[in-house]
Amino acid sequence: MDTNKSNVAENDPQFEAAFQKKIDAEIKIEPRDWMPAGYRKTLIRQMSQHAHSEIVGMLPEGNWLTRAPSLKRKAILMAKIQDEGGHGLYLYSATETLGISRDEMYDQLHTGKAKYSSIFNYPTLNWADMGAIGWLVDGAAITNQIALCRCSYGPYARAMVKICKEESFHQRQGYEIMMNMAQGTKEQREMAQDAINRWWWPSLMMFGPHDADSTRTTQSMTWKIKRTSNDELRQKFVDATVPQAHYLGLDVPDDKLAWNEEKKSYDWGEIDWDEFRNVVAGNGLCNRERLQTRRDAHDGGKWVRDAALAYAEKQKKRTAAKKAA
Amino acid sequence: MTNKETAAELPLYEVFIRSKNGLHHKHVGSLHASDAEMAMTNARDVYTRRSEGVSIWVVQTSDIIASNPEDKGSFYDPNDDKTYRHPTFYNIPEEVGHM
Repeated sequence: MDTNKSNVAENDPQFEAAFQKKIDAEIKIEPRDWMPAGYRKTLIRQMSQHAHSEIVGMLPEGNWLTRAPSLKRKAILMAKIQDEGGHGLYLYSATETLGISRDEMYDQLHTGKAKYSSIFNYPTLNWADMGAIGWLVDGAAITNQIALCRCSYGPYARAMVKICKEESFHQRQGYEIMMNMAQGTKEQREMAQDAINRWWWPSLMMFGPHDADSTRTTQSMTWKIKRTSNDELRQKFVDATVPQAHYLGLDVPDDKLAWNEEKKSYDWGEIDWDEFRNVVAGNGLCNRERLQTRRDAHDGGKWVRDAALAYAEKQKKRTAAKKAA
Repeated sequence: MTNKETAAELPLYEVFIRSKNGLHHKHVGSLHASDAEMAMTNARDVYTRRSEGVSIWVVQTSDIIASNPEDKGSFYDPNDDKTYRHPTFYNIPEEVGHM
């Protein structure tokens, strides 16, 4: 809530040791506490990316708002999208406690300097995609976010708790859509299968690179920003989700997928990392469209923000004049 | 307000919510708004979509005066050497019963 930084240098070794001791003792770090520059920087990067993902994540679903198959589905989808917007705001607000302004963050998103989850650069081609997104994409996000509820930075952890509570509805409504379609007509089953075919692998990519290739993981784990590694979380998601797909009678698009009795978990194939890198680099099917939509929305809303500020200013002057009279 | 190229960011407000009667208002986060009225409306939309509260406070962040973590010592230390402020400082015989 307050971003006044401490007067101590951000690389003071004595403070750094005391800081790590606090982290090791599971004491949360709060906005005005001393923190190393790297800790602040890592959090700003991760939290703002997380916020951007929530906001951009509204766009693929917005595509189906006017074409939802019933009023009930439309109302549900609208509520889910509104939640995503809210989640973005909780996260922006938590990130601002680290001393970066909202405008700076928007600017980083709109200029492409900051990333958002590459999953949202895939198109939503049919209604079953709304089911697959809720079930798989939100499912993967929840797996990741539950681990973040125990993050060492207080405002981030608190935002995550609130978000996790709300996300559960997202995943369940998605799975229900899939269930209806999987139990529906032949065409509906085909649409559901087509949706899982396209969303399965991108959902697994959401957990990021392999631990061995994830340069920042070790430091983030030491600082307890991250509590569980990318590969562990990904495996957890696979183990939880494959039986759900089987229940629907849908195939998981992976020839190598097999239950490993010894490990008590699934063995599975390999992610196409070239595709991952390509989409992250900006060459996914919808990267340009998503960013342009965001920029247009921000620029298009400028006159509203300006008018609201002008109105507030005018009201303030009127009140002052009344008091003086 | 002057017609600047880029308008200033909307001011920041902190949001406090009383989840039900009988409980304190609790800080839940912040938001940007042009004035108190918009802050209140936005707080309702952003922080109470699932009946999380019965009462909302919004306070402009710049109006909050906060203590510094470094002041911890001078603010809170005296409590530690005034152990007579705690009930455990006093020995009451067991036969007196719970007190």
